[in-house]
Amino acid sequence: MTKPLLSVADLRVTFELTRAGDMPWTAPRLLHAVSGVSFDLFPGETLGIVGESGCGKSTLARALVQMVPATGRAVWTDGTDLLSLTRAQMLKYRADIQMVFQDPLASLNPRMTVGQIIAEPLRTHHRGLADAEVKARVKEMMDRVGLLPNQINRYPHEFSGGQCQRIGIARALIVRPKLLICDEPVSALDVSIQAQVINLLAELQRDLGLAMIFIAHDLSVVKHISDRVMVLYLGRTMEIAESGALYADPQHPYTQALLSAVPIPDPAAERAKRIIPLDGDLPSPMNPPSGCVFRTRCPRAEAVCAETVPVLSAGAHGVACHFPGPLIRTRRMAERA
Amino acid sequence: MAMLDIRNLSVRFDTPDGTVTAVNGVSLSLDRGETLGIVGESGSGKSQLAFAVMGLLAKNGRATGSVAFDGREILNAPPAVINPIRAQKIAMVFQDPMTSLNPYMRVSDQMAEVLVHHKGMSKAQALAECVRMLDAVKIPDAAGRVRLFPHEFSGGMRQRVMIAMSLLCRPELLIADEPTTALDVTVQAQIMTLLGDLRRDLGMATILITHDLGVVAGFCERVIVLYGGQIMEQSPTDPLFATPAHPYTRGLLGAIPRVDQEGEELSAIPGSPPNMTRPPKGCPFAPRCAHAGEDCLDHLDPLTEFAPGRFRACNRSLEELA
Repeated sequence: MTKPLLSVADLRVTFELTRAGDMPWTAPRLLHAVSGVSFDLFPGETLGIVGESGCGKSTLARALVQMVPATGRAVWTDGTDLLSLTRAQMLKYRADIQMVFQDPLASLNPRMTVGQIIAEPLRTHHRGLADAEVKARVKEMMDRVGLLPNQINRYPHEFSGGQCQRIGIARALIVRPKLLICDEPVSALDVSIQAQVINLLAELQRDLGLAMIFIAHDLSVVKHISDRVMVLYLGRTMEIAESGALYADPQHPYTQALLSAVPIPDPAAERAKRIIPLDGDLPSPMNPPSGCVFRTRCPRAEAVCAETVPVLSAGAHGVACHFPGPLIRTRRMAERA
Repeated sequence: MAMLDIRNLSVRFDTPDGTVTAVNGVSLSLDRGETLGIVGESGSGKSQLAFAVMGLLAKNGRATGSVAFDGREILNAPPAVINPIRAQKIAMVFQDPMTSLNPYMRVSDQMAEVLVHHKGMSKAQALAECVRMLDAVKIPDAAGRVRLFPHEFSGGMRQRVMIAMSLLCRPELLIADEPTTALDVTVQAQIMTLLGDLRRDLGMATILITHDLGVVAGFCERVIVLYGGQIMEQSPTDPLFATPAHPYTRGLLGAIPRVDQEGEELSAIPGSPPNMTRPPKGCPFAPRCAHAGEDCLDHLDPLTEFAPGRFRACNRSLEELA
């Protein structure tokens, strides 16, 4: 088996919250945004991360590049633990790990031209490059992502949302990273533009042999682009598997509920579909349920779920559930019907 | 007679960059109890169409044409005419429940206001009715939570409050403008199920405005596809998805990744939507259309019925598109 490009073990991100009126000695309240996530990412692979708002998917991505402090280990392919590095040491790895953000316009500096924006990572990571060389590479990259190289002196506001996202992608790829982290890269875009950007990302990934972490709340988009998919709920991994296996045969009740809720653009399929309703709201990450975090909304929950935290099973199809298995009508669901 | 009859509605905005044409000559009608989906991407004019019907356009907006509700003209109508119709006959649910609820008012106060104003109820009567309605939209412990402020509810619960508020006067028509776009997919499923149940129980007509063809597929009887402020295609839901008759509808359906199918490459629509400060003279979709000819840039054939209940606006015949 090939060596993983990135091996994450027991990653945790905890925010300390203080309330107005707290005394200096008041213990801060802890918000566990990510609690103990582990996964391996292999070269050239796309790992999709899905979950609803507040599940910690963006925080996880930010932790990997030290945009938020985290504990645990994230071992790069050369054996270095990225989480233990100082800012200066991290700089070396930042060229290998690049990010594309959700809001295309907000993530571009409005006072810089497109040429300056795309060239910035080059100027940071390859200081010796001559101006002419930088410009040539920027133009080449603009052409590669479908921007006209003669637009190099324009400003972000002159571009549409889809084009701005292309600028963001060009900026990320100009330093030839090994890993591209995309945090909801298409959720701000219209359907017709979204398809353009997804196709572009898939094509670039194939051609450049990039590994990609693709974070989105849209399960259809994640399915389309990912080799493997990880489902998060309240900062914990519920299920991780090959994309085909996860969507065709989900084993975790949360994954099953999530998939059943996705609207299908086909009236017959949509009418035939049975939605598994989830009761209530997402519990607060400040005060997560004991044992399995999903148990408060789970149709299969039993007494053991409140006592023991289920361990993510080993192997290609990992499930963190005391009662994993294909979708069946449980007793509680039958009572409700 | 149709309940809502919109004829040749156009909406224009005067902006520093010139006049923006958001809606460009749209005609449609809706019967009692019917469910219509209006689908379009950002800037297609779908929300402004609804705002014009409700008389909620921004100050720099002008609507022309005609909107008749039960045979009565309500477009640009004075407050004395439109106010009794708003809320009592036509109600609206907006996209973002946090910005459309008043953050300084308790839910009880802002809901009761509607009944006190429109129905002349006493405060106590109104409050009791509000609790019943919150119960109907399945808010747990409605009596206890009616006194809370909007920020004390989750996003899904807030949207339930919005829906409860819009239904207080038992409207005959509910316009829901992207009611689930800001919500997570499991919450979206809850809200769409709720809207479907309420629609059946109250027998009201519904216009669902959305960018999500998946949501439309499960909810609507009839669909209108808008692009660049014009109707591209109008059809009963099933045949629209089975045999889309407009190149834009086909492009849109091909561009959606699907959770229930294995993905090949998505067939993206090239280019980007038109700039509506300079609305195109011909078909707004022509610059992105694989089938467009010179004539498409110059004029667009009017919406015509090509099969029972199915309409399309395209210069190319169905045979030419095949």
